[in-house]
Amino acid sequence: MSNISMNKPGTTVLLLGNEAVARGAIEAGIGIAAAYPGSPSSEVLPSIAEVAKEMNIHTEWSVNEKVATEVAAGASFAGIRAFSVMKQNGANVASDFIINLNMSGIGEAGVVIYIADDPGGMTSSNEEDSRTITKWFDNPLLEPSSAQEAKDMIKWAFEVSEAINLLTFVRGVKRLSYTRSNVVLGEINENKGKKAYFPEVWDLHNPKKSQFTTGPTPTYHKPLHEKIEKARELFETSSFNSYIGQENPELLIITCGACTSYCTEAIEELKAGDRVGVLKLGTTWPLPEKLVAKHLGTTKQVLFVEELDPFVERSVMELAASLLPDTCDLTFYGARSGHLTPYNELSTNLVINALTGILSVTHQPRDLAYEKKVQEAINIVPNRPINMCAGCPHRATFWAIKNALQLDGRKGFVCGDIGCYSLGFGPPGFFQSRTMHAMGSGIGVANGLGNLKHVGFDQPVLALCGDSTFFHAAMPALVNGVYNNSNFILLVLDNSATAMTGFQPHPGTGQLATGDPATVVDIEAICRAMGAPVEVCDPFDMDNTTETLLHMMKQEKGARVIIMRHLCQLVKDKRKIPKEYEMHVDQERCLGDACGCDRLCTRLFGCPGLMWDKEAGKAAIDEALCVGCGLCADICPANAIIREEAIG
Amino acid sequence: MRKGELAKEPFNFIISGVGGQGNVLLSAFVGAALLNEGFMISVADTFGVSQRGGSVTSHIKISKKTLYSSVTLKGKADAILGMEPVETLRTLVEFGNPYVMVIVNPRPVYPPGGVSYPDLDEVKKSIIELSSQTKFVDATEAALNMGNPIYANMILLGSLVGADILPISKGTMISILEERFPESLFDINIKAFDKGMELIAKA
Repeated sequence: MSNISMNKPGTTVLLLGNEAVARGAIEAGIGIAAAYPGSPSSEVLPSIAEVAKEMNIHTEWSVNEKVATEVAAGASFAGIRAFSVMKQNGANVASDFIINLNMSGIGEAGVVIYIADDPGGMTSSNEEDSRTITKWFDNPLLEPSSAQEAKDMIKWAFEVSEAINLLTFVRGVKRLSYTRSNVVLGEINENKGKKAYFPEVWDLHNPKKSQFTTGPTPTYHKPLHEKIEKARELFETSSFNSYIGQENPELLIITCGACTSYCTEAIEELKAGDRVGVLKLGTTWPLPEKLVAKHLGTTKQVLFVEELDPFVERSVMELAASLLPDTCDLTFYGARSGHLTPYNELSTNLVINALTGILSVTHQPRDLAYEKKVQEAINIVPNRPINMCAGCPHRATFWAIKNALQLDGRKGFVCGDIGCYSLGFGPPGFFQSRTMHAMGSGIGVANGLGNLKHVGFDQPVLALCGDSTFFHAAMPALVNGVYNNSNFILLVLDNSATAMTGFQPHPGTGQLATGDPATVVDIEAICRAMGAPVEVCDPFDMDNTTETLLHMMKQEKGARVIIMRHLCQLVKDKRKIPKEYEMHVDQERCLGDACGCDRLCTRLFGCPGLMWDKEAGKAAIDEALCVGCGLCADICPANAIIREEAIG
Repeated sequence: MRKGELAKEPFNFIISGVGGQGNVLLSAFVGAALLNEGFMISVADTFGVSQRGGSVTSHIKISKKTLYSSVTLKGKADAILGMEPVETLRTLVEFGNPYVMVIVNPRPVYPPGGVSYPDLDEVKKSIIELSSQTKFVDATEAALNMGNPIYANMILLGSLVGADILPISKGTMISILEERFPESLFDINIKAFDKGMELIAKA
C-alpha cells in the first residue's frame, strides 16, 4: 500500500516534501486536486493521482494554473474541499481568477494552493517570491519548515480557509519540496459520503451561499480586509509559530520555512545558543503582530533569515515603525543590511557567515593544510554544463534549425520557450534560441517580430513551444498570429511528454493524471482549425526536416506551424523500447584533428553518447551512454560514425 | 558498525554523480534502509534540469535524535559514494575533510561540448589526498560485463553496504530491494548488489 494513503496514524514513513504535501491534502479529505506540472511542485499531484481511486478523489492535470484554480473553486462552491498545486510562476497565471475569487469568497469547503518557489532557480526561468503576490491578492499564507510541518499545515490550511472563507496558500521552496525525511502520519479525514451540491436556493440571510459573484465591488472588498484581520487573529495563537532561546537574546533571528533548520544548525555549529534566539513564523501573512511585537521587546538586534524577497523583514519593519518610539533602539540585519541576499538559495553556511559578522566570532571548518590541497584540486575539476540527453529529439531539431537558417542565409533566429528545449540558448541547442521568457512567450514575441516588414525587417522568425506548453499558453498567441497575419513559423516540439518536470501526461498524450485513457486532443487539427498551414516532421529525418524548414521560411506569409514529432528518449527508456542501432566509430575513417571538422561530433553536436578518445586522437562511442538513436551517423563529414541495425 | 550506532552525530553522507546515473534511486534506497534501521534522516536530491547530464548530489544527514536540514555543511562530509570520479572530487572540494571516507566508481562520464576531462590518474590521486580512505569500485566495468551499464548503481549500493560505512545491514537493504523491485528484476539486481559487495571486499 502506498505511504500516501496508508491509514495508520502514528506510523513514521519517509516522505519527499512534495509527497508530504500530498498526504496533508489527503488527510484533509479533499475531493478534488488540480495542477499544472512545474518544478519544484511537480511530484505533488502524481502522489495524489496514484491513490485517487481508492481515496475517491478526482485528480487532474489541468492545462494551466488558472484553470486548475478554477477547477478547485468550482468544487468548493459545491461543498467539496479542493486542492491546487503550482510553482511560483503559476500564481501569475492564476492571478486574475484569484483576485476575483477573493471578492466572491469560496464555497463552504476550503480551497488550498500549495505553491513551490525555486530559490536558486535551478528548475525555473526566474526566482519570483510568490509570497509577495499572495499578499497582493489578500490571501493568508503559511510556510512549513519541514516535510512533517508541510503535511500538518496543509491540513490546517483547509480549516483556516473555511474559517475565513478565503483561498489559503501554503508556500514551500525547492529544498522543502525535494527533501525526503521522517514524517509521522495523521488521521485521514475521509470525505466519503459527502454529496457535492451547488446551493440553488436564494437565502436572504446568507446570500453568498448560492451566488459566487464579484460585485458590487465596494460591498465585497471591505469583507476581504475583515477576513484578513480574522486570519491574523487565528495566527496569533498558532502552534506553527514558535520560539527557541533565552528570554532576552542578544540577537533575535526571525525566520520561516526551510531556513528554520539553517538557523538552528548554524547556532549549534557556532555554539551560540546562549546568545541567539530563533522566532520561527509558520504564518507569515498576515503577520501575527502581537506575537512579533512581544519578541521585538526582548532584544536589541534582529536578523531576518528568509528565502528570496525580504518579505517578513518588510512586514516586521513596518510593524516596528508603528510601534515607535518603543522600537527606536532596535538594529535590523538581513537582506536590507546585506548580511544575507534577497536572491539565490540560502544555506546553513550562509547563516553562519551572517552570524559570525554580527556576533564577532570566527568559524573555520577545515584546517589550512587541507584547504591548500583543495585549492590544487579545484584547478583540475572541469565545469559540467547541463546537456540534452543522448538521443534527445530536441538536439535533432536544433541541428536542423541551425542548418536551415544557415542555408537560408537571411539571419533568421529562434524565439525560445520554457522546457527541456530551454537549453537551446546554449551549446546543446547550438545557441539558436535568442529569446526566452514565460511559457508561450516565444510565440507572442514572434508575433511582434513578424509584423515589422513595414519598418524594414526581413529576417525569418521561428518560435518554439513544447507539446504541453502548446496547450498551456501557446494557443492564444498562435490565433493572434493567424488573425493579424504575422510572419513567423511556430515549431511545436512534440515529444509526447512534459519531459522536464517528470513526464506528466497532457491533453495530447491520450492519458489522464491517473494513467487512465483520455481523449487525444490533436495539436495538428487545432492548428489547422485556427487557419495555420501545418507540416509534420520527424526531426530524426534530418534532410526532410531541413528541407521543410527551408521551404516554410520561403513562404513568408502568415503564421505557419511545423510539428516536430519524435518521442522523448527518456520515455522510450521508461517504456523499454529497444534501441534501434548499434553505433561504432570506424577509426580508419575518422581523421581526428586532421579532418578539419574541428571535432564536430563531440565538441559541437555534443551528444553525451559521443566521446573523444584522447589516446587515439579520434571520436568514439561511449557504450554506457549511447542509446543508439543513429543521428550522429548523419552529421559526420567523413562518414566515420557507423550505425548498424540493432539485433533483438 | 553496530546496529543502531552512528559513527558521528549527525553523520553526513553524500552520493555524487552525473544526471542520469541514478543518484535519486540510490538515495531513495539508502534513505528507506536508514528509516528501517530507526534513524531520523533528511535526504536532499537534485531534481529538474540538472538531471540532464549536470552534476547531481544527494545529501543524507543521519541522526539518532533530531531532524536536521538535508544539505551538508561545508567541509563536513563523513562519507561519499562517488558514481563518477570528477564529481567525487568536486564534492570533496566543497564538503571534504581529512576524515572523510570515499567509495568511487573510477569510470568517467565526459562533459559535453568538448569540455576537456582532466587526466584520470591525477583525479584519482587528488581524491586519495582529500580523503582518509578511498576505495575504487569499477562498477560500470562490472555492469557492462553483466550486459547493461544500468546495473552500476546496484553494484555501488552493494559496495556501500559491504563497506560498513553506514549503519545499514545487508538484510535491511535486501528487504528494501525486495519491496522496490518487481519480481522479474529482483534477481538480476541482487546479483549486481552481491557483485558490489564482492568488489568492495577486494578493493
